[in-house]
Amino acid sequence: MNYVFVFLILISIITAFFTGRIEEVTNELLNSAQRAVQVSIGLIGIMAFWLGLAKIAQKSGLINLISKLISPILKLIFNELPKNSPAFSNIALNITANALGLSNAATPFGIKAMKDIKKEENKNDVATNSMCIFLAMNTAGFQIVPATVLAILIAAGAKNPTEIIIPTFIVTLSSFIFAIIIAKILAKIWKEN
Amino acid sequence: MKEFLSFLSIMIIPILISVILIYGIYKKTPCYEVFVDGAKEGLFVAIKILPYLIAIIVSISMFRASGAIEILSNLLAKPLNYFNIPTETLPIMITRSMSGSATLGILSDVVSSTGVDSYASKLGAVIVGSSETTFYVLAVYFGAIGIKKIRFALLAGLMADIFGIMAAIIVCKYFFT
Repeated sequence: MNYVFVFLILISIITAFFTGRIEEVTNELLNSAQRAVQVSIGLIGIMAFWLGLAKIAQKSGLINLISKLISPILKLIFNELPKNSPAFSNIALNITANALGLSNAATPFGIKAMKDIKKEENKNDVATNSMCIFLAMNTAGFQIVPATVLAILIAAGAKNPTEIIIPTFIVTLSSFIFAIIIAKILAKIWKEN
Repeated sequence: MKEFLSFLSIMIIPILISVILIYGIYKKTPCYEVFVDGAKEGLFVAIKILPYLIAIIVSISMFRASGAIEILSNLLAKPLNYFNIPTETLPIMITRSMSGSATLGILSDVVSSTGVDSYASKLGAVIVGSSETTFYVLAVYFGAIGIKKIRFALLAGLMADIFGIMAAIIVCKYFFT
């Protein structure tokens, strides 16, 4: 990101020199800095509301309940882990919290799950199949309500911001499933080290 | 089908809110206090991303104002047009796996330059909303347990990202055109 940032600004100034748009570029610099602040302020309302609501789901035990419901599926996916491993409940909590857009709450569960898997499967610095599968599931970023993105659209005054929810859900669910399948396939063909 | 799914899109938030609140009351959770507590975090999230937003939005905006994006877009227009992909969304696809805050910055820039109801904004929103910052997740989780040999973890994550972008292009074409 470091190089990208410097490169973008320097290239802009050089290009502006050739296209004769030095003045536009300078004006844009001032305007866009202000716009960035507006975007960020606009995010506060909806983000705060969503995280407040999600906290209720967490404290009331709703997240725990959903976790229990999905853990049978997890036992199929992580068939290399012992059936009674504590990793399962942490994996389930991680996925449920992520699904509700609570990535701050999800991360500690995810780390705990990784530690549990490590305890079951190895003590060194090589990733096991279960670790890689769990990581791939997390990188797919499955969530029901994309709160931050919605906040950006709402802040910008979209006519119907919620119309992206179902398309986003379809995409995130399919890439989540794809991540699991591809990780399972790679686990079969990849050598241990 | 499309109408039903659009209806579901509108209904999903009210339904989710109702379920969470009813369950909260049923379990005698102090909903108001817990809500306020959680909402505080939202405040910090917005403040935390502000410096990133400034860096990204300013540099991208300068890049666009200089005319460099037009030059780049003209070069890539043919292949992207073939698949009905707005050139503005290309930077989102490139940065999505690498930096979450940068991607949010680029998305807000696409929204303000093409208009919030443009196809580019919608496609961008779906791409950003449906995936996670793969490199960040890898660093956090494997960093926490001291994994150095990551084997196929990154490959699987990136393949899922590419799959997600292709799925987003197809799904958006169905819903928004």
